[in-house]
Amino acid sequence: MTKSIEELKEYVAQTRRDIVRMVHGVQSGHPGGSLGCTELLTVLYQNVLRHNPSDFKMDGNDEDIFILSNGHISPVYYSALAHSGYFPVAELGSFRKLNTRLQGHPTTHDGLPGVRIASGSLGQGLSVACGIAQAKKLNGDDKLVYVLMGDGELQEGQVWEAVMYAAHNKMDNIIATVDVNGRQIDGDTKDIMGFTDLRSKFEAFGWNVISMNGNDLADVEDTLSKAGVLSGNNQPICILMNTEMGNGVDFMMGSHEWHGIAPNDEQLAAALAQNPSVIGDY
Amino acid sequence: MEKKDTRSGFGDGLYELGLKNKNVVGLCADLTGSLKMNKFQNEFPDRFFQVGIAEANMMSMAAGLATAGKIPFTGTFANFSTGRVYDQIRQSIAYSHKNVKICASHAGLTLGEDGATHQILEDIGLMKMLPGMTVINPCDYAQTKAATIAIADHEGPVYLRFGRPSWPIFTTDLEFTIGKALHMRKGTDVTIFATGHLVWNSLEAAKALAEEGISAEVINIHTIKPLDNKAILDAVANTKCAVTAEEHQMNGGLGDSICQLLARHTPLPVEMVAVNDSFGESGTPMELLDKYGLGIKDVVAAAKRAIARK
Repeated sequence: MTKSIEELKEYVAQTRRDIVRMVHGVQSGHPGGSLGCTELLTVLYQNVLRHNPSDFKMDGNDEDIFILSNGHISPVYYSALAHSGYFPVAELGSFRKLNTRLQGHPTTHDGLPGVRIASGSLGQGLSVACGIAQAKKLNGDDKLVYVLMGDGELQEGQVWEAVMYAAHNKMDNIIATVDVNGRQIDGDTKDIMGFTDLRSKFEAFGWNVISMNGNDLADVEDTLSKAGVLSGNNQPICILMNTEMGNGVDFMMGSHEWHGIAPNDEQLAAALAQNPSVIGDY
Repeated sequence: MEKKDTRSGFGDGLYELGLKNKNVVGLCADLTGSLKMNKFQNEFPDRFFQVGIAEANMMSMAAGLATAGKIPFTGTFANFSTGRVYDQIRQSIAYSHKNVKICASHAGLTLGEDGATHQILEDIGLMKMLPGMTVINPCDYAQTKAATIAIADHEGPVYLRFGRPSWPIFTTDLEFTIGKALHMRKGTDVTIFATGHLVWNSLEAAKALAEEGISAEVINIHTIKPLDNKAILDAVANTKCAVTAEEHQMNGGLGDSICQLLARHTPLPVEMVAVNDSFGESGTPMELLDKYGLGIKDVVAAAKRAIARK
């Protein structure tokens, strides 16, 4: 059932709470990028994906598939999977603990429903998506393959191998979103290894490029819907998604510092106060 | 004796698989002719994916195809099938337990004139260290074809290693079962455990040893992981010493696996015929095997050393 913007806002607030609580709980994990992508994963998992969370099948035949390439934002991924019904929300409390399915980076190894490939070592997700998309074409399956990458991740050469492959082979059932938050571990991407004009880079390879404000729920909904319409036209689709790392928790915004550190008790309380829960905590 | 390259065994096996299993798909990184994948490509163009010179993309794509239920066979040289793409194999294939068949040609010194950049001698070690990876190094055309067909029915990642040179065909009538060692020649004084092209050299060495009154048993360990522990332990229970023979570095190869097994169960003298911490170079396959100590005479000498240490 499609959710209204008001309902989506409740999920966004809840996922932000989940993220900071999960990371706080084990004093490790990656809150910044997770918060920046909360709107995208909420809209995808609540409204866009044509999927079957209660009966997870690895092959995902006749379902839309989402591949998370930048696996370190596992907190937002786990929250989105749990709230859409892949596994019990209570399991979020096991994040990064021994003998659990919610490993630091997502994996199929422990059988967590919803995860189809391990990620964490960067640059591989778009290639995996190409493989799945190629299989869908072979099967006459018209569902789509979504993939999310970080902008820093584009520094990995393999990404461009896949960008080339997808365009050359007209993989028009792939919708690849780049989280353009402009940050990476060591600083701002423009200082570490800057890209000038990502749009023209993807376009030069033959992709259809659109952009959106990834922290604006209405824009995310509209743009994902537009991307769906653009699919099937002999070109892979790239969404350049501008986001603010740490979005929704004011002191985590505006710097790369919260890429991979955990809030203390006081910071947790402040983050939660900024995002009151309607849905209820795990 | 009829000779053929082992890579042709792969190409012919893949084509047969294509005929009988529609889930089998092929991927190649611009080496279709070298890997003998043309027949599959021509007959099943929809199921063949040319990825260009982009091996990392190929490996992760194979993981994606396997996720969606296909049985992908990747084809490139052994060097580019392993070292170049180790992290892609580790994360997307091995750790994610994807049903990908990594098919690697031109392994070892017998690639010949192209030289050390292409002669990988570390690939068995790299692959056998990955949890859940099956590692197979067949010894001739017939066994490579049989192995290619067999791995399609094995659920899980497989590394299949073969080579470039024309090589005697001597296993046509032998059954191939993953993980099951093949007894090639009976003997009582020493057991030679050999894999890949060195199986032939070991059989020739056993003949030469027989002429000197030494009885050498030859066992073909085509599957390096999982190792056929029972066959190995049963054999050395009789002969009390062993030689290992392979076209690979001593570190990380078949010999190293057998030494681990024997050290834990029944410490006995072992001599290893393998490349000793060195890169290869340009030359003909036979010149290279000779120079790097992998020739028939080297197996003979190793057998004598092992027997002398009993």
